[in-house]
Amino acid sequence: MGHLSEEVLNKARILLEVYPNKRSALIPLCHLAQGQDGYLTPEAIIEIAELVDVTPAEVRGTASFYDMFHLEPVGKHVVAMCTNIACMLRGADELLEHAQEVLDVGIGGTTQDGQFTLEEAECLAGCNNAPCVQVNHRFFGPLDNDGFDELISDLKSGKLKDIVPEHGVLNRVERQHGLKATPDQIQAERDVMESAKKERLAKKSTS
Amino acid sequence: MSEKAVNKNLPIVSKRLGLPDAYKLETYLATGGYDGLKKALQMNPEDVSNEVMKASLLGRGGAGFPAGRKWSMLKANPVKYLVINGDESEPATFKDHDLIELDPHQIIEGVVIASYALGVNQAFIFCRGEFALGLERLQSALNEAYDYGAVGSDIFGSGFSVDLVVHPGAGAYICGEETALLQSLEGKRGYPRIKPPYFPAVMGLYNQPTVVNNIETVSNLPWIIQNGGDAFAAMGQDSSAGSRIFALSGHVKKPGNYEVEMGKVTFRDIIFDPEYGGGILDDLELKAFIPGGVSAPWFGPELLDLPLTQEAIASKGSMLGSGSIVVFNESTCPVRAAWRISKFFYRESCGQCTPCREGSGWIEKIMHRIETGSGRMEDIELVLDVCDNIAPGLTWPPKQTTICVLGPSIPSSIVSAVNMFKQDFVDHIEKGKCTFGK
Ligand SMILES: Cc1cc2nc3c(=O)[nH]c(=O)nc-3n(C[C@H](O)[C@H](O)[C@H](O)COP(=O)(O)O)c2cc1C
Ligand code: SF4
Repeated sequence: MGHLSEEVLNKARILLEVYPNKRSALIPLCHLAQGQDGYLTPEAIIEIAELVDVTPAEVRGTASFYDMFHLEPVGKHVVAMCTNIACMLRGADELLEHAQEVLDVGIGGTTQDGQFTLEEAECLAGCNNAPCVQVNHRFFGPLDNDGFDELISDLKSGKLKDIVPEHGVLNRVERQHGLKATPDQIQAERDVMESAKKERLAKKSTS
Repeated sequence: MSEKAVNKNLPIVSKRLGLPDAYKLETYLATGGYDGLKKALQMNPEDVSNEVMKASLLGRGGAGFPAGRKWSMLKANPVKYLVINGDESEPATFKDHDLIELDPHQIIEGVVIASYALGVNQAFIFCRGEFALGLERLQSALNEAYDYGAVGSDIFGSGFSVDLVVHPGAGAYICGEETALLQSLEGKRGYPRIKPPYFPAVMGLYNQPTVVNNIETVSNLPWIIQNGGDAFAAMGQDSSAGSRIFALSGHVKKPGNYEVEMGKVTFRDIIFDPEYGGGILDDLELKAFIPGGVSAPWFGPELLDLPLTQEAIASKGSMLGSGSIVVFNESTCPVRAAWRISKFFYRESCGQCTPCREGSGWIEKIMHRIETGSGRMEDIELVLDVCDNIAPGLTWPPKQTTICVLGPSIPSSIVSAVNMFKQDFVDHIEKGKCTFGK
């Protein structure tokens, strides 16, 4: 029995179809697997490798380049706090210190109850709401200490569960159309275009 | 403001950003959506390219290369690709983020117009992975656009077909660099490719000719086709045609994205005018500002009256870059600011080139010890020396010793900080602590 669920595999099949080259689906598939498990499990890595036709080492080696992929288990909520220049100017370092106290973890750590993993992030492109924070890649900000405490308690109580889904950024919307065209189809389309163009030119010269 | 910059055409790319649900097809159509594409499909592809050429639309991704020229350089080939760069990770840049979340159909329309002009049948939008909502909005909009017949086979009955894929990034600044982006899109680590031979126009995605354009660049296309390239070129100044979104952040009262006509507005306007930044946070004095993203050298208050054009800013030794302006008020510790920027480059260097990989680490270390009070007086010379090894001569634009320009961008902020605020470095070292109480 495979490790990836039928639902994930269905989405994976769509992704494998849309790219001219299977390997291009590697990163989206890692996102899907992480959506299922919260991190990239060794089992998922093996299955992804089979799906895109590379070795598991290549999947792991590729995934490890990217900040978003976790190769170890993480908490239910990954709290990523930007401390880059625009947020720094607005008090991000102080907020990050506060977060470490409130959650009682260091940067990169996970709380004992498994609820929160705290990360220091590079610029998240939310500088108009600095200091900004992402929880499972959903934006919050600008936040002061009180705002942060409120966010944490809302996350704990489940009040934000519609806004902050569990892990994974590709889980909620599926691609519905436009599967990869075959070379024949593409050639046929090109022929149609060519004749449409000739028609247009003919029209132009008569008008 | 100098000369009230209310051009009746504005806003162009950001016109729907204030609408609550412009990301839905219904609202998009009700506000003129897909009219540009319909018009383009009535034209010859070459004429579409010509309009873009006439518009003198400069790329909005950072390098400012004219889009029309880039298109004309695409090598003829049976298979060609168009890839849209929505990786937006340059610190303090957040314009594409808004365009993706709030007006995804405008991007899709621009992509299809560009694909038609270029004769491309397969296009990709590379969207930064951290934009979870953006990815959802883009994919939903794409589904709607396929249903509406604006993407896919035989678009609006024109005989033209293009497939479009929304591709997620996974968190790596370097993937904004176009060749690293293509590597990532091929399912690999985001290592920039060496040019030559890997110029995307000749050897891009899957080694086929490829155009890479920024999100904001293509978002301008529907308007340009609707109103003509000449109308776009009539706005702006010198080679900086049209309007552009500036992302304003840091110590201003109203940080945000502001679209202005190029050259008609100065830094003073955008930072102080109530319509834009609204002045300095806490009414303190302005200390310095970064004119175009963290790869750009800093400016002092004496340059506030420069107009926002590529030429004007280049003439003073910096760049417009990604269009992000970061404002420092007098409470800012310049050592800390420069250190934080160097930490960013250290974390994001892909590690292929020695000067960038090693240099970024050294610079971060030295800057950190100066900031935290354990620096030595020689450190100031030392850090400049390391910078000089990455970009010899420390000129602007920097000399290239590496595969991509991330490396040579590292010295900008360090050199600016030392040149403009040397006394602060000295004070940190003499007093053995950050003199701004950080
Ligand atoms: C380190 C680095 C990061 C970059 N990041 C981005 C980015 O996030 N978005 C972007 O559009 N261009 C980015 N660029 C510029 C791209 O390489 C490329 O020039 C641009 O996408 C071309 O689009 P344009 O001609 O429409 O501007 C980056 C370049 C470098 C060297
Ligand atoms: S300059 Fe830096 S980021 Fe660019 S290819 Fe070299 S090591 Fe990688």
